Amino acid sequence: MFKEYKPIDDKLFSIIDDDGIVKNKKWMPALSDEHLQKAYKDMLFARVADLQIVNYQRQGRIYTYPPNYGQEAISGAAGSIMRDNDWLVPAFREMGAYLAKGATLKELFLYFMGYEDGSMFKNANNFLPMAVPIASQLLHATGIAYEVKLKKKDQIVYTFVGDGGTSEGDFHEAVNFAGSWNVPVIFIVQNNQYGISTPFSVQTASKNIAVKSVAYGIEGIKVDGNDYFAMYAAFENAVNHIKSGLGPVLIEAVTYRKGAHTTSDDPTKYRTKEEEQSWDKKDPLKRLKAFLISKELWSEKEEEKLIVDFKKEVDRQFVEAENYPAYPLDDVFQFMYSEMPEDLKKQKIEHEKFLKWKEVQK
Amino acid sequence: MEGGTEMKIMNMVNAINNALDIKLNEDKNIIVYGQDVGVEGGVFRVTEGLQKKYGKERVFDSPLAESGIVGTAVGMAVAGLRPVVEMQFSGFVFPAFNQILSHAARMRNRSRGRYQTPILIRMPYGGGINALEHHSESMEALFGHVQGLKVVIPSTPHDAKGLLVSAIESNDTVIFMEPKRIYRAIKQEVPEEKFSIPLGKASIVSRGTDITIVAYGAMLREVQKAMVMAKAAGISVELIDLRSIYPIDRDTIANSVKKTGRIITVTESPKSFGVASEITQIVTEDAFLSLEAPPKRVTGFDTIVPLPKGEHHYMVSPDKIFYEIEKTVKF
Repeated sequence: MFKEYKPIDDKLFSIIDDDGIVKNKKWMPALSDEHLQKAYKDMLFARVADLQIVNYQRQGRIYTYPPNYGQEAISGAAGSIMRDNDWLVPAFREMGAYLAKGATLKELFLYFMGYEDGSMFKNANNFLPMAVPIASQLLHATGIAYEVKLKKKDQIVYTFVGDGGTSEGDFHEAVNFAGSWNVPVIFIVQNNQYGISTPFSVQTASKNIAVKSVAYGIEGIKVDGNDYFAMYAAFENAVNHIKSGLGPVLIEAVTYRKGAHTTSDDPTKYRTKEEEQSWDKKDPLKRLKAFLISKELWSEKEEEKLIVDFKKEVDRQFVEAENYPAYPLDDVFQFMYSEMPEDLKKQKIEHEKFLKWKEVQK
Repeated sequence: MEGGTEMKIMNMVNAINNALDIKLNEDKNIIVYGQDVGVEGGVFRVTEGLQKKYGKERVFDSPLAESGIVGTAVGMAVAGLRPVVEMQFSGFVFPAFNQILSHAARMRNRSRGRYQTPILIRMPYGGGINALEHHSESMEALFGHVQGLKVVIPSTPHDAKGLLVSAIESNDTVIFMEPKRIYRAIKQEVPEEKFSIPLGKASIVSRGTDITIVAYGAMLREVQKAMVMAKAAGISVELIDLRSIYPIDRDTIANSVKKTGRIITVTESPKSFGVASEITQIVTEDAFLSLEAPPKRVTGFDTIVPLPKGEHHYMVSPDKIFYEIEKTVKF
């Protein structure tokens, strides 16, 4: 696959077209009907949740949130290929991968409501919290992959970044270190065309992102990120490549951020309606659904019913998160060090004295 | 805490090497890497011989990128290793500052205790070695200001070994700053066996009654030279080696000042917003009524450390320390 889709040739690896028709039989992954139905449902759930969260934010029930709208196939494919013991080192626009790894929506809600507790991912293994400083997490992925190699474990590290993040030094250091160390990590760049308002054309003179793999001596591929099959096949190929000891892989997933950067952003300031509409026909759910309907594996009716159920489930978890206990003062202090330094203990005690005083004033 | 009785003459380079050797041998999760630390054993030879002994998988040269070195260490630590990384000089740590501040110091808190980052970041620091630009700074206060880090500075070979053992065994990220000016300048007997010195505890190097002096790193020796002059002038100095910048040992400092009533802090870092300023505030809070003179900061200036021909203007000398001792005692 890597030989056929050399990044330098700027060829986009895709399997189905905009209408869900298989155009690239050679690389069509062998996936069961159940697999595809589940993958579609997971992507749909992520979309329903995502759109709902934006509503909650508009209602003032949750703080700033970065929508995933339009990018669901990338996380969906990663989510279906990641094993329980594989590592996920995320950025912040991979909800499908978060959920597949074992995070609950409630936890995500807690995080965006302002509780660190939402980063614990109690039911998930090998899953780092969201990293906010752009691209800094990629180095953690490379470091984890070093441990995997040193301890001869059967694990792959999946790590995410956006197109803007590829301009950061840490991106280059992470990919370079991974190549130099030959460690089992897959770098997934979600090229959604914008870093907040800055278009991809401003980030780099490179014709694509996958080509950056060439300089670091690893394999890379530019994939249609709105094509579930192409993403799955690329991941499968990357996993086999890594398991053969051939080194890390950089996957550029070409997609489009249909929503805003975050709920504080207004995309009408920097992109046109025409551009947005041109990507509508490439919508990842629309394409997979067209494929499934053509194989009689799905129907609009089922979808309608499912959306109603999903909305209820999203709301149920949201209300649970809204009823989460108040944030105790102890939690501000207790996770700073393995043992709390005397100085911090004193600061806490002093503040508690103030709180007692305040109580008496009432 | 001293384990064995067999003693060996070591300088600070030997002592740190010895501590790393002991810990590498004891714990397979410890790995050592950085620029030139493998084959060459580091530009100061602190890691000499360790690659030969423990193999290229555990002691190795990394690509030349400070953020990359610390960032990968964060990942390794999260996955269960205990990385010991070297910044070749503290002046080059700044590309790694984001990884230190944003991740190494925060991962436990961010994950509510699920992940921890037991990383030891070693770096030679400080002036007085006639070096190029960026090779003479003392920026310990920057690290002391980062919540979630521990910051340690030894001043003798003995302490370097004992503190390094504790720093490696700590489940927190520790910044271990090595005063390169005295890497080889001081030799002393150090136990060959493993021993540790707790982090966050200062040591009272000599008892005195007239004035307290707090110092650390290469400044300790300068203070000791000044103390010879003070003694001749009939002034009795209590010398405290701070050893840990954070956690800082408030009690040892405050208790000493309660006895002497006077305090000078000697550092080779810039004056403002520094460790000396912090200590001044500690004694103001904890020993206010005992103070008989304003706490004094004897430090570098709020300037760039000059290149070698001008460095003598900046560096704190024993004469300058004695001059300030006399002024404070006579206040």
